[in-house]
Parts: sequence; structure tokens; C-alpha cells
Amino acid sequence: MSLEVRNLTVNHGAITALSDISFTVPEGELVAIIGANGAGKSTLLRTLSGLKDASHGTATWKGHNLLSGKAETHVRQGVAHVSEGMSVIPELTVEENLDLGAIWRRNKSEAATTKAEVFDLFPRLQERINQSADTLSGGERQMLAIGRAMMSKPQLLLLDEPSLGLAPLLVKQIFDAISNISRQYGLSVVLVEQNAMGALKIASSGIVLNLGRVAMTGTSQELISDPAVQAAYLGY
Amino acid sequence: MFQFINTLLIGITSGAIYALMALAIVLVWRSTRVINFAQAGQALASTYFGYQALQYIDSFWIALIIAMAGGAILSALIEVIFMRILLKHTTSGAIAGVAPIIATLGLLEIIRTLVTLKWGGADVIVKAPLSNTGFSIGSNTLVFSPMKLAIIAVVTVLLLVFSVIFQKTSIGLSLRASAFSPELARLAGIRVDRIRTLGWAFSGATGAVAGLLLVTNGNGSLSPASLEFSLLLISGFIAAVIGGLESLLGSVVGGVALGIITAFVLMYISDSLFFIAPFVVLLLVLFIRPQGVLGKKGGRRA
Repeated sequence: MSLEVRNLTVNHGAITALSDISFTVPEGELVAIIGANGAGKSTLLRTLSGLKDASHGTATWKGHNLLSGKAETHVRQGVAHVSEGMSVIPELTVEENLDLGAIWRRNKSEAATTKAEVFDLFPRLQERINQSADTLSGGERQMLAIGRAMMSKPQLLLLDEPSLGLAPLLVKQIFDAISNISRQYGLSVVLVEQNAMGALKIASSGIVLNLGRVAMTGTSQELISDPAVQAAYLGY
Repeated sequence: MFQFINTLLIGITSGAIYALMALAIVLVWRSTRVINFAQAGQALASTYFGYQALQYIDSFWIALIIAMAGGAILSALIEVIFMRILLKHTTSGAIAGVAPIIATLGLLEIIRTLVTLKWGGADVIVKAPLSNTGFSIGSNTLVFSPMKLAIIAVVTVLLLVFSVIFQKTSIGLSLRASAFSPELARLAGIRVDRIRTLGWAFSGATGAVAGLLLVTNGNGSLSPASLEFSLLLISGFIAAVIGGLESLLGSVVGGVALGIITAFVLMYISDSLFFIAPFVVLLLVLFIRPQGVLGKKGGRRA
């Protein structure tokens, strides 16, 4: 089960945000999408999760074209999207945010098992189970956002800048957690990041987006050692 | 002392009815970001549904449930037929936030007219199920009556049912999540459109109870031209603002507070202040605590 994106074009009104994007995420692999602000990274994820309409192209997952469905049906196909900027609902408690992730699942005892797994992954969330989400620190919120996504038992995880606004030590923890989750559950992951080095370190391959186009693709190792990538995105 | 207790109980009773209207307004505001002026018309029509039911059955309480069902259906239809389309077609420009609200003013008049066509313009009587003669303490007779006590009981039960639905069920979680963050709700697989309709249905049912209780709290007379329903809408809106417009608990606190304040102003200052007392309360709240008594500073994105 892989994600196949072919010739994807997305417009914001008259502006082309993404132009003719093609790439593959093989089953169980973590692919990093890097690029500057405005490169179209978030738009790409929002289109894949059904929040934004595409103008052209296909994105095939488990035989379904993700571009023709709605966001509320994608989660039932095993797609979970953690959108940019701590995607939790601050007015709800930690537990309610997690329950929200599993709200469409009919089998509530299975959902309870998943919740226990999420607490194993992020024990901090269990300590704060009844606190409202707006009392959490930035790192805890990001754990909650990822935990909420895990509650839907996804097979494809779309992560939008999970390191945004976190202290360096926390950034490492979050990247480690993502890497573990991906390996442990055999999840396919699309990881959008401005922290290119952090993302490429845990990814098997990467895609560089520039002004809405694919500028470069390769294995993480190839990209990390590429002089052009180093100069533009890795800060060497 | 006697007069004080009397006034307090009267205030709590009308406050409980304002609280229901405030709740109805907040439910719609949270799900759709519309201040629904048609709510007064919907409550009026729902009260007539109850009146109509009473022509065939004897039980006021069954008529109340029929009115709630009718109010819920009417409200859901308004959301599906008018609001969904209006919100879809007015997404940009100066009209965006305003068109749906103006449309509810139009709906208010349409509903009032339809009610007049169906039931006529003359007063009809909705008979209260319990006595409106006040309880006696010794030789003194209170204004507070068995009917008023029942009103407080009905509102309390309704609020308890609501709080269980909202806090303990997944429907409630869907309603709250869709109100706070429609996008995250969609990503979690919630069909936000349907949940929005459900929010309107709850609102319509709540407004129906407010309408029937309003009439039976008074002398039982009901007419399409009744000023009472417009006042109910205004009081409900003011109560909702006192509560911060977002909070279900806040709207209840706001309603009861408004009822008590108004009752005391009428009793101890002057009954000629009846129409302006709620507005004075509104202005004071807006000056001193614009986010509402229970609202958070800074508030949320609208």
C-alpha cells in the first residue's frame, strides 16, 4: 500500500500553489518534504487530506483517489493529518482531544486499547488526562496532536511541521517519537518540515519543494550530502 | 424580607426562561456564527404547535414534547434550506458576515406571517397545567406559584439533560469540537454539516420550551403580534452576551442573573423601567466586561 501522487496541481485563486507534483511514498516509509516558507508544503498536505481542492492530478491511496473525497471520509481510509501549529482543540481536555481522534470508530473497546497505546507512547498525556489542552506546554500539545492522529489507527500519517516553535531538546524528542511510531506500526509518513536536517535524519527519502515545484528528490543520504541542498536548506 | 424572597423567586422564574432562550441563541451562534433573530418567530411557531397539540390531547407535558419536536424540525429545516446556501454563497466581501443575519430578520417576519395565516391574529389561550395562584406563607400569599415552581424544575431538568449530552456523549463531543474547530473536527471524521444541523435542532427545541413556558408563566394568552416574544429574544440575547456568547453554562448564569436583576429593579425602583432595565444591564456588561461574565479575555476567533 503506497501513496502515489501524480501531476498534482493546486491553485489558490489565480495563483498556482503547487504545479505538476509527482512522488511516491512506499508502504511503511517516512518521506520528508522540505522547502522554504511558501514552497507549498502545507498546501500539499491540506490537499492530500481533503481540506483543499486540487485543480489537476491524482493521489492514489488503497485504490481511492484522495483528491476526489472529503476530509471527513479520508480518516476512514486510514489517513490522519496533523495540521500546522499544534493541532489540538484548546477548549477540550486532553482525553477529549484523544477521544475526538477515534470518534468515527464504531468499536469503542478497540479505541480504548489504542488510547492505552498512545499513553504508553506519551506517558505525559496520561498524567494530564483531565487537564484542558490549553494548559499544556508546546511539546505536550504536539504530543497530543500526534496522539489524536494515532487514535484513528492510521496507516498514512501526514505531519505538518511538528517541530514548529519547540525548543531544540523537544524537537529531537518529537522527531524520535515520529520515527518510533512509523517503525513500530509500519506507518507510511509524509513529514513536512522547515527543519530539513532533523526531518531528513529520520526519513528514508526526501523531496525538496521550491515555489510549488519539485526541485529535487533522492534518498535522505543523497540530499544531506548534496551541496545545493546543504547551502539552501541545511545551513552549511 | 417577604417581599425580597417573592421578588427573588419571580426573578429566578423569568430568568430560567431567558436562560433557555440564551441557550438557543448560543447553540446556533456556536455552530454557525449567526445571531438568529428568527429564533423569536421559531419560538412563537413552536408555541402554536404546542397549542395545536392541546386541542387533541389533554396533557400539557406531552404537548410540550410535541412542540419541542416541531421546533427542532423547523430549526433544522431553516439551517438546511436557508443557512447552508447563504453561508456558501456569501463567503467574501462586506456582505459575508451580515447576509445570514439579515436573512434571519426576514425569516422572523415570514414565520410570523405564516403563523397568522394558520392560526389567525386573535389571542388564543394556552392553559397552564398547574395553578398560577401563589403559595401562601401564613397570611401572606406569594406571587410564586406551583406553575412557576414547575417552570424552574423543567428548565433544571432540561439543563441537566443538555449537560449530560454535551459532556458525556460522543454526539456532544462532536458538537463541541465542530463549534471550536470545524477543520479539526472534519479531520477527525466528523460530518460537520450534519452536526451543524443538529445544533440548530437542539436550539429549536430549546426555544420551543422557552416559548411555551413564557406563555404559561404569564396569563396564558398567545398571539402572533405578541410583544412578549420579541422581548424574550432580546432578553435571551442579552443573557447570552452576559454569559460570553460562547458558553452554555454562561448563558444560563446570564439568564438567571438578568431575570433577578430585572425583577428587583421593577419591585424596588420603578416598574416603568421594565423595558430599559435589560438594556442597562447589557450596556454595563459591555462597558465593564465585554467578554462576558464567564467569557475569556481575548476570546476566540470568530
